[in-house]
Amino acid sequence: MITLGQVLLLAAILFCISVAGIFINRKNVIILLMCIELMLLSVNMNFIAFSHFLHDMNGQVFVFFILTVAAAESAIGLAILVVLFRNRNTINVEELSSLKG
Amino acid sequence: MNTDMQSIYLAIVLSPLIGSIIAGLFGKLIGRSGAHWVTIIGVGVSSLLSLYAYKYLMFDGGEIFNRAIYTWLTTGGINFEIGFMVDQLTVTMMVVVTFVSWMIHIYTIGYMHDDPGYQRFFSYISLFTFAMLMLVMSNNFLQLFFGWEAVGLVSYLLIGFWFKRESAIFANMKAFLVNRVGDFGFLLGIAAVLMTFDSLDYNQVFAQAPDFANATVNIISGSEWSLMTVICICLFIGAMGKSAQVPLHVWLPDSMEGPTPISALIHAATMVTAGIFMVARMSPLFELSETALTFVLVIGSITAFFMGLLGLVQNDIKRVVAYSTLSQLGYMTVALGVSAYSAAIFHLVTHAFFKALLFLAAGSVIIAMHHEQDMRKMGGLYRYMPITWVTSLVGSLALIGFPGTAGFYSKDAIIEAVHHSSLPFSDWAYIAVLSGVFITALYSFRLFFLVFHGKERMDRHTWEHLKESPAVVTVPLSMLAIPSVILGAFLIGPMLFGDYFTAAIYVQDQHDVLGMIGEDYHGVWAFTLHAFQTAPVYLALSGVLVAWLLYIKFPEVPQKIVGRTNWVYQILLNKYGFDTFNQAVFAGGACKTGSFLWKFGDVKIIDGVLINGTASAVRWFSGKIRNIQTGHLYDYAFTMIIGLLMLLAVFVHHLME
Repeated sequence: MITLGQVLLLAAILFCISVAGIFINRKNVIILLMCIELMLLSVNMNFIAFSHFLHDMNGQVFVFFILTVAAAESAIGLAILVVLFRNRNTINVEELSSLKG
Repeated sequence: MNTDMQSIYLAIVLSPLIGSIIAGLFGKLIGRSGAHWVTIIGVGVSSLLSLYAYKYLMFDGGEIFNRAIYTWLTTGGINFEIGFMVDQLTVTMMVVVTFVSWMIHIYTIGYMHDDPGYQRFFSYISLFTFAMLMLVMSNNFLQLFFGWEAVGLVSYLLIGFWFKRESAIFANMKAFLVNRVGDFGFLLGIAAVLMTFDSLDYNQVFAQAPDFANATVNIISGSEWSLMTVICICLFIGAMGKSAQVPLHVWLPDSMEGPTPISALIHAATMVTAGIFMVARMSPLFELSETALTFVLVIGSITAFFMGLLGLVQNDIKRVVAYSTLSQLGYMTVALGVSAYSAAIFHLVTHAFFKALLFLAAGSVIIAMHHEQDMRKMGGLYRYMPITWVTSLVGSLALIGFPGTAGFYSKDAIIEAVHHSSLPFSDWAYIAVLSGVFITALYSFRLFFLVFHGKERMDRHTWEHLKESPAVVTVPLSMLAIPSVILGAFLIGPMLFGDYFTAAIYVQDQHDVLGMIGEDYHGVWAFTLHAFQTAPVYLALSGVLVAWLLYIKFPEVPQKIVGRTNWVYQILLNKYGFDTFNQAVFAGGACKTGSFLWKFGDVKIIDGVLINGTASAVRWFSGKIRNIQTGHLYDYAFTMIIGLLMLLAVFVHHLME
């Protein structure tokens, strides 16, 4: 039988992987987006785990919302990515460094 | 009746103020004659009403007025009020101040005739009259201090009246700064009064004073000081500044840079006597401290004797009179020291008249000489200026105490009072005031002979234009000459030995020197005749004789004396080095301290470290921290994670506790 602790551990590992992905990755913006997705999913995992073990359906309702928002966010992110590529001709993270004062 | 008197007293105080405001603010509008009319009427009203108040209080048996007119503010249970206390002492001062001021207003028309600052001048002297009246009529320490500072301010403005002259600016700054030293003591004294008595009202303070006669206060830890001595000496330091007593006398001779009417009004007749008046007013406090009285006596006798000596070597006509003023103020202070307050006030009154007279006469001479003040370039003026000559003679005789004149009675009373005193140092003070008589006669008649007699030493151009001054000058001279002669004989009986000041001045029985003299007093005639059996009269006459010998009979002798005793002459010429010392130590020290604070404190610390230092620290720090802002998303994310982790750590840490 899978315990709550095991599920939470899995979620935490996924979260850490995604965080590491964000700042270790120096190549591709798409990977960044994927990492963000993964981060959201790992949080969703927590929701579902608690929902299941505490017998409360609210958590799962939240997961649906989050998934919807994540899908919308990814769509916007990809759109920005396309525009970015059109303008800069690159999606290399190393070269995108204009975000400073 | 009391409310009637209240409006009269208000009118006395306010009419010069109104005159001053009109002449000062609307001077251009009302023109020169408008300015002198409005101020002369203002002060004239004030003077006549003062005379009425005098009559009311002295002859009609009116009651003493003491009431607060207006409450300025109340804090911590203490009322700061504007109020009037008009008793015999006050009313005497009021008459003297307003009358002399009135005469000087009239005289100014002649003296300042061609001056571009005509309206300004009238505005200032009327303002002075207002301030001085506020000072003398006050019924509490706060208003006294207001008047005290206000007269100081006007004095500053008037010494620097000709503000384009370097020397005038120097002199008024000096007067202001020296007075500041005195005022600091005065303020400490007032603060001590407030601390002790919880009130600033004269009557309340004086009523409580005897309870504190033996109280002590801890100023420097470990040593107990008599509270009354501390209060009185602090107050007297204020008087030393205002009344120009050694060592705070240095500003008075320099104040002669101001126009002559001012020297007469402020620096001879009225303002400089504010200190004397104040000590007399505070007699219930001073009586409780013999130490303070001794201090007063010593300072007074030093001033009376040594400042008189300086008058002997001065060549500027106004400076001679200025040193004589210093010396006479010393006499008054000596009288205060031996508890002969009435004698001090008596001398103050007579001195106000004859010294104003002498100054105005000097001014008249200066007008005739085309603003030449060096006595070595005068001489023989009696042929051309008979009225000035006669009035100067009257003034000089009164100053040296020639029997019968006003100065004789007041000065003789002081000398007698010192003689009867049993304070420590009173023997020395007696010698000082006695020899002071001889010196006074010598320098007064040195001036008189040099100016009015002997060879005519002026240049040809001046000589051709020599003439008597106009009536606006000679009338005030004559008006002042009359009281200079007769006032003494009228006042001596009631003022010194009667109950003139009983209500205003308090003297302890064992200090009552005037009472001792009073036992032998049998009327004015007897007093005058008795004087011929005592030393002062002969000292004065011999002073005149010596002056005559030196400056008329053998005019070459003074040069020889100077040649023989050059070092004495140099000491006198350097005014005992007070000025040099002050200039080097206090002024120089202040300049050095200032320049140190400027160069080190201001430029290095404030500008260098605090202002520019902050800026460059920020610049250095931001230069370092700028490197963190790379623009790479992963760096920001990393920073964010670190921050989150730290917050989380803190949060968890708190949870654990």
